[in-house]
Amino acid sequence: MHRLMLTKEIERLVRDANFSLRKDVLRLLKRAYIEENNKRAKNALGLILDNARIAKKEKLAICQDTGLPIVFIEIGRGIKISSRVIATIKKSIESGYKKNYLRASGVEPLNRGRPSYKGIISHIEFSDRIKGLRITVLPKGFGSENKSQLKMFNPTAGLEEIEGFILDSVKKAGPDACPPFVVGVGIGGTSDVALLLAKKALLEKLDGPNPDRFLNRWQSKLLKKINSLKIGPMGLGGKVTCLAVKMKKIPTHIAGLPVGVNISCHALRSASLHIQDAKF
Amino acid sequence: MTRLQIPLTKNKIATLKAGQQVLLSGSIFTARDQAHKRLVRFLRKNKKLPLELKNKIIYYCGPTATPKGKVIGSCGPTTSSRMDVFVEVIMKEGLLGMIGKGRRAKHVRDIIKKYRGVYFIAPGGCGALLATRVVMKKIVCFKDLGPEAICELEIKDFPLIVGIDTHGKDIYAQP
Repeated sequence: MHRLMLTKEIERLVRDANFSLRKDVLRLLKRAYIEENNKRAKNALGLILDNARIAKKEKLAICQDTGLPIVFIEIGRGIKISSRVIATIKKSIESGYKKNYLRASGVEPLNRGRPSYKGIISHIEFSDRIKGLRITVLPKGFGSENKSQLKMFNPTAGLEEIEGFILDSVKKAGPDACPPFVVGVGIGGTSDVALLLAKKALLEKLDGPNPDRFLNRWQSKLLKKINSLKIGPMGLGGKVTCLAVKMKKIPTHIAGLPVGVNISCHALRSASLHIQDAKF
Repeated sequence: MTRLQIPLTKNKIATLKAGQQVLLSGSIFTARDQAHKRLVRFLRKNKKLPLELKNKIIYYCGPTATPKGKVIGSCGPTTSSRMDVFVEVIMKEGLLGMIGKGRRAKHVRDIIKKYRGVYFIAPGGCGALLATRVVMKKIVCFKDLGPEAICELEIKDFPLIVGIDTHGKDIYAQP
């Protein structure tokens, strides 16, 4: 693939992620709309669905908070990649944001100043599970990002303590972070990795099973518990506080048990591209 | 659904009740974090504000860039609680109400009651839908803040819910 072509493809990803709501998110929102019988909550879900339709048709961002763009670059088998390709990917995200009139939300953290398209967060990793190159763009709005939580549990902590922490994180997010949420949970690793896993969990197919059978059962149990909080769409009560809980775990240290929670608003946006036979 | 037309008066908003759905039309100002910080700095230095806040409504919003051929880009509400610390100073200037999303601190309820104001909640994450309800956008001041500049918006039938009414009743208050 020529680098110019790569730029075009990345710009398309940026557009797709920001204008078209993910199919799995849409399916769950539609299901929630049908199941909801609280009048105010149903009305709020109706507006959310209308918004998704208008965004796609009018080529408007689903949400004005087009996030700090996060990009996951997975380098798989049979591919050689140079730092120039990585630079092209980042530049193309920037140009994609600019060309599509998405919001410049990146600022220097202390002086603030005029927001720009800089500040893209990139996670680059090598993976032998995929062939070629996979690029995923996740525009993460900060209304929900601000509600991220990390807790370093004792290694002897019980599951109910972890559950309590996750439920508490959702309660703290409350109406501010645009429910119904998708809740990503990362367990294990180090503090930074637990939070990163929680974010990566948001990229999984929401209505698909978790390959880990234990986590799959726990996710469903947690989803019920979160929905019994009755925060509801827009925080105005109702059945649906959470569309899905997605969990990931990796080994950790004998002395600890890090748990990260990354909440997404109902406008969970991402788009992915898999290039099998990439030569740059 | 109640239709409300700006300019609003204290008497008119006194009839609104927390939880009531309204369709708001008229001229409002956008202002979020950095704009509030600047406005408050102006006031602390006893400098004249670059805009008149009396009987006005502020919308906590930082829209995207405006696409070609459109009035405005996506323009939903941002989290109101970040502006809680600025509310008293701004309301003292005669501001009538605010539009945003989410909960407010308890002291905001008391301030709204004291100044007989109102807090509306807009549907979060619905910026594309709300963009279709804006008929005019004009930058007023702080252009250097980019999306955080203060803009005047002419809105038509903005779908809102009264979050905190003049009597300090809060839709999100725990019973």
